[in-house]
Amino acid sequence: MPNHLLEIRDLHKSYGDVEVLKGVDCTMAQGDVISIIGSSGSGKTTMLRCINMLEEFQGGTISIDGEEIGYETLGGQRRRKKEKEIARQRALTGMAFQQFNLFPHMSAARNVMLGLMKVKKLSKDEARSIAEKWLDRVGLLARADHFPGQLSGGQQQRVAIARAIAMNPRLMLFDEVTSALDPELVNEVLQVIKSLAQDGMSMLLVTHEMRFAYEVSNRVIFMNQGRIGEEGNPREMFHKPKSERLSEFLKTSSFGER
Amino acid sequence: MGYTLNFAAVWRSFDLLLEGLALSLALAFGAILIGAAIGLFTAFCLISKNGFARRPAGIYVTIIRNTPILVLVLFTYFALPQLGFRLGKIESFVFTLALYSGAYLAEVFRAGLLSIPVGLREAGLAIGLTEIQIQTSIIAPLMFRNVLPSLSSTIISLFKDTSLAAAIAVPELTFEARKINVETFRVIETWIVASCLYVITCSILAALMRALERRLSVPR
Repeated sequence: MPNHLLEIRDLHKSYGDVEVLKGVDCTMAQGDVISIIGSSGSGKTTMLRCINMLEEFQGGTISIDGEEIGYETLGGQRRRKKEKEIARQRALTGMAFQQFNLFPHMSAARNVMLGLMKVKKLSKDEARSIAEKWLDRVGLLARADHFPGQLSGGQQQRVAIARAIAMNPRLMLFDEVTSALDPELVNEVLQVIKSLAQDGMSMLLVTHEMRFAYEVSNRVIFMNQGRIGEEGNPREMFHKPKSERLSEFLKTSSFGER
Repeated sequence: MGYTLNFAAVWRSFDLLLEGLALSLALAFGAILIGAAIGLFTAFCLISKNGFARRPAGIYVTIIRNTPILVLVLFTYFALPQLGFRLGKIESFVFTLALYSGAYLAEVFRAGLLSIPVGLREAGLAIGLTEIQIQTSIIAPLMFRNVLPSLSSTIISLFKDTSLAAAIAVPELTFEARKINVETFRVIETWIVASCLYVITCSILAALMRALERRLSVPR
């Protein structure tokens, strides 16, 4: 059996009668940086959220390092794993959100330390030292004791990335992390992600920044109407799209506008 | 009008008023403490997706909020013993005020819980926190900060409501003032002093709550 970091098989997800993921298959190796692109409503974010069980899914399997996420099949019956087990599995992935979602009543350092102390059970001093290391890595050590409300959007997003990465996840999930930022703040966040990618961090990025996806990823997945419409290396995908749908999408995207 | 104010008789009994005030504060403190626990539990029930939790909580809040507190006080003290549930005057009043404050605080806490962006819970889940850790480390502290201004006015209201304990002869501030009034016939002076004690205490409570708000406010 090949050693996949992430393996998604026949993933189905519905909201009531509306099926948003209609059988997604995808694998990812250690160190891969995969960008997921596609128009709004194509299922990109939903797929990402299924990977860390922020969304339940009705069919298919998701495995990280061969370990099935979220559900188990016992006696032929598929059932949700226990909450404690799901919480442990969620920590296998780190996630950065579009709206940062920093805890507003905690300083930047405390935001990073919370998971280290509560989940990893580290002492306050150990957690602080790791938090400072990662805040330094995202260029915000000097702001460690600032509260989210005292930071710019770009700084908040960098703290959110530090918070996720400090947990030492196997895989980082980025969900449109620059969409809520003013244009002049986008670059500082992209630079952080790029440097993490260069360090070998495995990443799945949902993004509308086509130029960035082109530069940073070793593979691109184009989602279309709940399925993978096309996938491949960025050069092929962006310069020689096979499907008409991707070709159209790229024309209307920031990549086509350059 | 030939009335001359004379506070001497009231001052002579001032220690009784202070004892009454101390009991009023104790009644309010006890009731709010129990009421806050009831209110928090009820608030979680009210926002629960489970109808078995939500519906009884809704019925409780509706009944209590639509019944005058004096009626509740009299019902608990005079009617419940007929059903075999007998409590002393003070216990009966604290029980009633706790039940009453629980319903009001439930609404305050519910609004506070609903004001917390769902993304914060998801961020907690994403770093591997359990539901209980999320509630205790993220949701409850933020909710508490959000509701402090309305909590402050509810607490002051509840303190003033302790005056209704006089109806069942609990020797709190209003009861003591009424006693002094009857004994000294200094109607105006007695109620001026009692009112001043209520106003001063409420002002101190408000100032303490404002200080707490400032202390816990999230820097921006």
